[in-house]
Amino acid sequence: MNNATDTLIPAPRTRVTDLTQRSHTARRNHLIDQTFKYLGVAATFIGLIVLAYFIIDIAIDGIGRIDWDFLTSLPSRKAEKAGILPAWAGSAWILALTAIISLPLGVAAGVYFEEYAKESRMNHLLEVNIANLAGVPSIIYGILGLEVFGRLMGFGESLLAGAFTLALLILPIIIVATREAIKAVPSTLREASYGLGATKWQTIKWQVLPAASGGILTGTILSLSRAVGETAPLIVIGALAYVPFVPSGPMDQFTVLPMQIFNWTSRPQAAFLTNAAAAIIVLLLITFIMNGIAIYLRNRWQKNLK
Amino acid sequence: MMTTEFLIDTHGTPRVKLDAPVYRASEAASAYDARVKPQSTFKLHTTDLNVYYGDHHVLKNINMGIESNAITALIGPSGCGKSTYLRLFNRMNDYIDTFHMSGQVLLGDKNIYDKDVATEELRKLVGMVFQKPNPFPKSIYDNVVYGLKIQGINKKSTLDEAVERALRQSALWDEVKHDLKKSALSLSGGQQQRLCIARTLAVQPDVILMDEPTSALDPIASAKIEDLMVELKKEYTIVIVTHNMQQASRVSDNCAFFYMGDLVEYSDTKSMFTHPQKTQTQNYVTGRFG
Repeated sequence: MNNATDTLIPAPRTRVTDLTQRSHTARRNHLIDQTFKYLGVAATFIGLIVLAYFIIDIAIDGIGRIDWDFLTSLPSRKAEKAGILPAWAGSAWILALTAIISLPLGVAAGVYFEEYAKESRMNHLLEVNIANLAGVPSIIYGILGLEVFGRLMGFGESLLAGAFTLALLILPIIIVATREAIKAVPSTLREASYGLGATKWQTIKWQVLPAASGGILTGTILSLSRAVGETAPLIVIGALAYVPFVPSGPMDQFTVLPMQIFNWTSRPQAAFLTNAAAAIIVLLLITFIMNGIAIYLRNRWQKNLK
Repeated sequence: MMTTEFLIDTHGTPRVKLDAPVYRASEAASAYDARVKPQSTFKLHTTDLNVYYGDHHVLKNINMGIESNAITALIGPSGCGKSTYLRLFNRMNDYIDTFHMSGQVLLGDKNIYDKDVATEELRKLVGMVFQKPNPFPKSIYDNVVYGLKIQGINKKSTLDEAVERALRQSALWDEVKHDLKKSALSLSGGQQQRLCIARTLAVQPDVILMDEPTSALDPIASAKIEDLMVELKKEYTIVIVTHNMQQASRVSDNCAFFYMGDLVEYSDTKSMFTHPQKTQTQNYVTGRFG
């Protein structure tokens, strides 16, 4: 084929290559390259198209139903009079309480693992189990919450029982997010702090946590937006489907948006399905806004680290 | 001679006695002691020092004194142990899990590896400037006062005074005095490094350790730092690790050459660069290897 490979010293190349023509191998490589590119695009769009179809479908059904009365009315047996006030108020309560419970616990555990924990079998076991917890189905958390928070600790069917259960559910995610964020803090920052005589805790408080806060918040918000959509564990602990009042304290009974949606979709009347679609739009908006905040924080945080 | 050296290098044991005739490091160190300065002028001292990372013997029986109010340069090829040696003096190696050592590291006449030594207190006396400028992502002012604030000093007038003094000492005051509230990250690399020096000075240490402080800077910014070091040695003891031979010969008073964990030669800088006693040293300082 090529004489140059036969001799030790390759002959000077006199061949003129046409740069606009690909060789046989290059053509094949190019083809594979393009194939994977379009496969990737297709994979991305399948998910998006399904989501878009769903959103459009829901919007057509429900958007006309959303008005001020819908947001501020109590549920009713008459579909056209029913509203989602207790549901979104309950979701807001759950969200706030879950955040208050899970954030300090998750961050403290993450800090422990990254900054204090030594290599030991015990800590390794803990780490593996936290990773496992993240994979436990949420209904199992519901049963756990019913037993421990509902019965053992006597919170009953209250907001507090629900918030503790959901806090437990998202704790592994917050711990992992905290650890990743702390890992991303440059070691030069720690060295500088230690070098000036700071203790470990001072270094964590003044350097590590501020630098990691963006990542921690991002992880927390994303996990909370998962918690706000959870239904199964709350059904198990006994959240009510029909709540004709707005909860006024953490020990009150409650419902949440997904429960309300679930309740409405299980009814035969078409008018209730319209209500469900409208409630879904509200729930989606809440999660989209939360995710948007998380993305904004993450971008700002990445900029700050550079 | 060759075989003996070979044996020592292979086994690299700390069991070799100090007065063993073949031990080059101790020879070099004692040569320095006799030739230049009495021990009483030493600010820092290491005796029978051996450092290991796990099984790896990083520093081998180092006996060396560091003169106060002078600049001591540690030179040698990468991996020779000079940075490890520097970081012994403020116990920065403590954060490396596999680090262990034997022997003594004396600050004055106190062994800083004694059990009763508080590392936070030690680091107030022995400050450090790092290879890459690493200001905190805060304002210039907050960077300088960090070391004081963590000691619980919060009085504004005291902090203001400390900021001005430290920034003047580090030759940065005139450039930043009007924007002390500006982010430290908006400064140039050279300014950032001088800010890191100011931050160290604000704590009023006795010793300043510098780990390749100009390796990330351009020649003009480097020259400024070098001038600053010469200025600072009037009040402080400075130990600097550098890969830049010109820098070592320009600024340092004494120079120590490390190779594979051994202190090969240690003398005043002028003799080191004009009449090195060891061939290895000569080859290194003239750029023939390393």
